[in-house]
Amino acid sequence: MQQQSGIFDHFRETWPLLILIIGIAVIVAVIEAVGDRIISQTLTEALIRLIVVVGLYIFIGNSGILSFGHIAFMMIGAYATAWQTMEPMSKDIFIPGLPTFLLENSFHWLPSTIIAGLLSALAALITGIALMRLSGIAASIATFAMFMSLYSFYLQWSTWTAGQSSLVGIQVTTTPWVALGVAVASMVGAFIYSRSRFGLALRSSREDEVAAKAAGVNVTMQRLIAFTISAFFVGMAGGLYGHFLGLLTVDTFYLGTTFITLSMLVVGGMQSLAGAVIGVTVMSFLIEFLRKSESGFTFGDVTVGLPANSSEVGLGVVMLLILIFRPSGLTRGLEIHWPFRPKLKATEVTQRQS
Amino acid sequence: MAYGFQVLIDALSLGSFYALAALGIGLLFGVLRLINFAHGDFITIGAYALIVPSAATQATLLIGGFHPLFLIPSIVGIVIVVALISEFAVFRPLRNASPATLMIGSFALGYIMQNLVIMIFGGRPKAVGLWSDLNLGVQIIEGVQVPQLQLIIISVTLALMVLLVVFLKRTKYGVHMRAAAEDFRMARMLGVQANRVIMLAVAISGMLASAVSLLFVVQTGILDFRMGVPLMLFAFIATVIGGMGSLVGAVVGGFTVGAVSILLQTFLPSELRVFRDVFVFAFVILVLVLRPQGLVVSRSAKERV
Repeated sequence: MQQQSGIFDHFRETWPLLILIIGIAVIVAVIEAVGDRIISQTLTEALIRLIVVVGLYIFIGNSGILSFGHIAFMMIGAYATAWQTMEPMSKDIFIPGLPTFLLENSFHWLPSTIIAGLLSALAALITGIALMRLSGIAASIATFAMFMSLYSFYLQWSTWTAGQSSLVGIQVTTTPWVALGVAVASMVGAFIYSRSRFGLALRSSREDEVAAKAAGVNVTMQRLIAFTISAFFVGMAGGLYGHFLGLLTVDTFYLGTTFITLSMLVVGGMQSLAGAVIGVTVMSFLIEFLRKSESGFTFGDVTVGLPANSSEVGLGVVMLLILIFRPSGLTRGLEIHWPFRPKLKATEVTQRQS
Repeated sequence: MAYGFQVLIDALSLGSFYALAALGIGLLFGVLRLINFAHGDFITIGAYALIVPSAATQATLLIGGFHPLFLIPSIVGIVIVVALISEFAVFRPLRNASPATLMIGSFALGYIMQNLVIMIFGGRPKAVGLWSDLNLGVQIIEGVQVPQLQLIIISVTLALMVLLVVFLKRTKYGVHMRAAAEDFRMARMLGVQANRVIMLAVAISGMLASAVSLLFVVQTGILDFRMGVPLMLFAFIATVIGGMGSLVGAVVGGFTVGAVSILLQTFLPSELRVFRDVFVFAFVILVLVLRPQGLVVSRSAKERV
């Protein structure tokens, strides 16, 4: 490796990430330029989901283990942010169980969101020590049991979470640009992680667990690292989501959200970052289009709309079609590489191989 | 003593629901390696079939008003048809996909069914009175009153399990199905017709789901588009802790989950009782960590290198 790699080589190597960031940024800029307030809200929600799905990709894509548990980390992040940022007065009313330090203060959303992400990561680290020893379907089910356990706990933990009623009075601070910023950060994080030695080690265990172990990869440890990192981003997404909705209910973080985010990842192709991003983009446009068709298009004086909940039915059908015709996702698990192959001289090729 | 007996009956009847649903899920996992998330929605469809075609808030029973001799086969038939349609439209085209894709596919199928139910019947729960006098208590031994229905649930479950065992052990198709669950590719090479066996498994799974729907509606008297989901979740947990791919395991898992739920419900101090599900799922994680292969290890469950 004696030849210096030029700046263009770096560019070409980070291209799979850059193209995704550029693509998302362009979509956000265009929609923000032409859209109204409602479209802008839809956009924010889609960007938050993008963070969740990228977080899911960090674990699922690299480890090959389907996790049904990550929405629990989103929930942890969302409530942890609210504990810090809400006004003391609302805290007294809704969540009087908080320690006095939190009850009497209220903090800025940005550091709070990051701390909430760290708390989610900690939760993932602790639960992961037990869960990550498992493989395959048992691991997926165990993440699911963890999810149900935490969900039922938050549902009943009313002095901290307002339980089955909703926690209102959270400032709305998440704009599309804020969500975009965190989404880009999560994409960069995911890209760096999957190219690091940790990511590569985990990917090797995804391809062949026994061979990876034989080659000296501590599979449990690598899974735990990915689980923790992904929970960090998913937790931050939860924080942003609370500050997007302005209120929180435990029910928001249940099977519906789990299903939508997982299917976005699977539809896009769960083994690549491009799959995560494209899955979210395609599905978000589809959901929005179907919602619009349900509320009806107006032709002159006539409004033609579909019956209630038909958009969900349509979404399910389209997803099934994608799964049937592209079982490994729209991207087939590949990244989008720089389209022009570098022209190498024969000597350079031999140098690179040495 | 009397109290202990009451708890035992409660645990057995709840465990019966889980065991029946778990058998339906386990059967499909055996031959298809499919974790069928839509199984709960088969149960829901079976329950809603009672009130077709009335979509009013005060549900009127059409099929549900028939004589039991006619009612039961109709409901069973409807659910089997729905299950077979799912097989043709979803599971068969996904036959060669990865387990994760299949799982998401069944999730999507369940999502479609739930939203179809809302589209047709609306999202509000409905009250139905089907054979509600079965909920009356009977005295079985001195001082112990249990609802008749719980005894019926337990006996129906036992009867269905015996029938299933006889079918699997004594009939040609049962043997084919067990062979397919053991080693699908090898079974095909030996002349087992894959699609026929799978269709049969799907149909039996639908039949088990319809049994759960009927028993469940009689017990709760309520229709809700999400009613099958919690049953499916617990059944699903039951199949896993029992040992995926093992039918005995599914039954053992179902009764274990039922027993643990009832025991926690009975013996937890009252301020912790609301957290029952937290403990149930924590118990599941514990079992998985200690015995990742499940309580009953099936021969096909060992991962091959």
